[in-house]
Amino acid sequence: MTGLLQIVFDALSLGSLYALGALGIALIFGVMRLVNFAHGDFIAFCVFAMLWPSTNAAAIVFAGNLPSWLLVPLLLLVGAGLSVLSEIIVFRRFRNANPATMMIASFALGFAMRNFLLMLYSSRPKSITLWPTLGLPVEILGARIPMLQVVTIVITLVVLAALTLFLKRTRYGLEMRAAAENFTMARMLGVRANGVILFAFAISGMLAAAIGLILATNSGTADINMGANVMLIAFIATVIGGLGSVPGAVAAGFLIGAASVIFQATLPNEARVFRDSFVYGAVIIVLLVRPQGLFAPKSAKQRV
Amino acid sequence: MASVELALSAQDVSVQFDGLKALSNVSLAVPRGRITGLIGPNGAGKTTLINVLTGFQQASSGIVELEGPTINGVAAHKLRRMGVARTFQSGRLFRELTVVDNLEVTGVGLGHNRHHAIGEAERVMEWLGIAHLGGTIAGALPYTDERRVAIGRAIMCTPRYLLLDEPAAGMSEHESHELATIIRRIANELNIGVLLIEHNIGLVLELCERVFVLDSGEIIEVGPPQQIRDSDAVRHAYMGTQRDEPMPALAVDGAAA
Repeated sequence: MTGLLQIVFDALSLGSLYALGALGIALIFGVMRLVNFAHGDFIAFCVFAMLWPSTNAAAIVFAGNLPSWLLVPLLLLVGAGLSVLSEIIVFRRFRNANPATMMIASFALGFAMRNFLLMLYSSRPKSITLWPTLGLPVEILGARIPMLQVVTIVITLVVLAALTLFLKRTRYGLEMRAAAENFTMARMLGVRANGVILFAFAISGMLAAAIGLILATNSGTADINMGANVMLIAFIATVIGGLGSVPGAVAAGFLIGAASVIFQATLPNEARVFRDSFVYGAVIIVLLVRPQGLFAPKSAKQRV
Repeated sequence: MASVELALSAQDVSVQFDGLKALSNVSLAVPRGRITGLIGPNGAGKTTLINVLTGFQQASSGIVELEGPTINGVAAHKLRRMGVARTFQSGRLFRELTVVDNLEVTGVGLGHNRHHAIGEAERVMEWLGIAHLGGTIAGALPYTDERRVAIGRAIMCTPRYLLLDEPAAGMSEHESHELATIIRRIANELNIGVLLIEHNIGLVLELCERVFVLDSGEIIEVGPPQQIRDSDAVRHAYMGTQRDEPMPALAVDGAAA
């Protein structure tokens, strides 16, 4: 029973991380049909923003020393700012380009950012200690669950609830839903296109920062490639969820997280190192059966 | 001509797409509170003309005026705020949003706060008699309801001009009759200048005070319905139409090359 509960929490917390990532990608894809491959580098950038630039092995913690009530908003702001800036400087020029061009532009932006970090911080992973107390286990129904997992899950649920309310209940949310479905039409109706897109980028950037914080707390290191894995899985989640469907991306994020944990727990020992092959194999099967994704919206293809 | 009467008008408008002339020296006026018709065979340039009048397409030359001031180059959403609304050939609703959200987002786009936009959406749905559809997802609507919602979206916040791009396409006779009633009410009750683009020529001749006939990018005839009915030029454009017969409901493809 406690073993099972442990697995459930592992699945939920890993899934949460992927869901947050998928959400960040799906939101931007929704409003501008851009798969932002630089998202992973946004994550890394936010983590490194806590450190003072240096190539030393030992990290010089800078913003990371702030009290958490200051650090968290500051980092969310960094993520939002970075994301918004990338829209203004890079992606805005590609508004009317085809999706493949935009995707390559996002690769290029990611590359540039990664190498910028490389220049300032070197490629060595740096240790960073954030909220060590979150690593301590708490007891839930007899199972000992790391506090961080609980926090991750709670944060994700709160973010999802807040975002749902935002999309359903506010005019900006309404505008974003309309723009996600048919951007040109929304624009013609007077929906402030730039505003909606910038807003989507800002939220996406904040999500990247949140993921960065969780990853850094969990691993205790800052590594310039740390966002890559989450980005890849998050992208796959948006594809499986049905490109363009925000709830689909979130659900698929949880699904992939759960699949990873279940494979980890049930595969025979010798096969466990190949867990990811099994996960990606499952992804391939899903796509063979439903190429349009599990929750594809009707608007996925058409764009005026 | 349009100097006394308030109107949305095009003067000598031409539109060129890489060598292809879609419109050449077209002049047309849509007076306030009246219903004006625009007919012509497929590919005549009707939709291009609507696009020019609503800011979706830049005119290569010529002037577009809204009750006096020139509006060339004004973006579509700004023109909408100035009171020039339109519908599209295939409805183009937000299919995943509910009907009320479809209207509401227009109100919001027009710069109103959400509360006001919802109120206006409810008022428009009531006025059109589609209040019962409010909660329906637009993608699930039957065809004719979809058209009514599209019209509802276009008359949110009561524009001054409404350009209807083939609103009756695919409708039965009974349905286009209902549509005709709505269009009349829009012109009479709301004092909106309506430009009706239709292949259903019977509907156009029945509703419109004045009809423009476009063929190969040029206006070939202007006048009251009776004159259009009797025009040789128009009959020539719609090849094969007999003088005494009512015009066909649907135009023949590729007429008058």
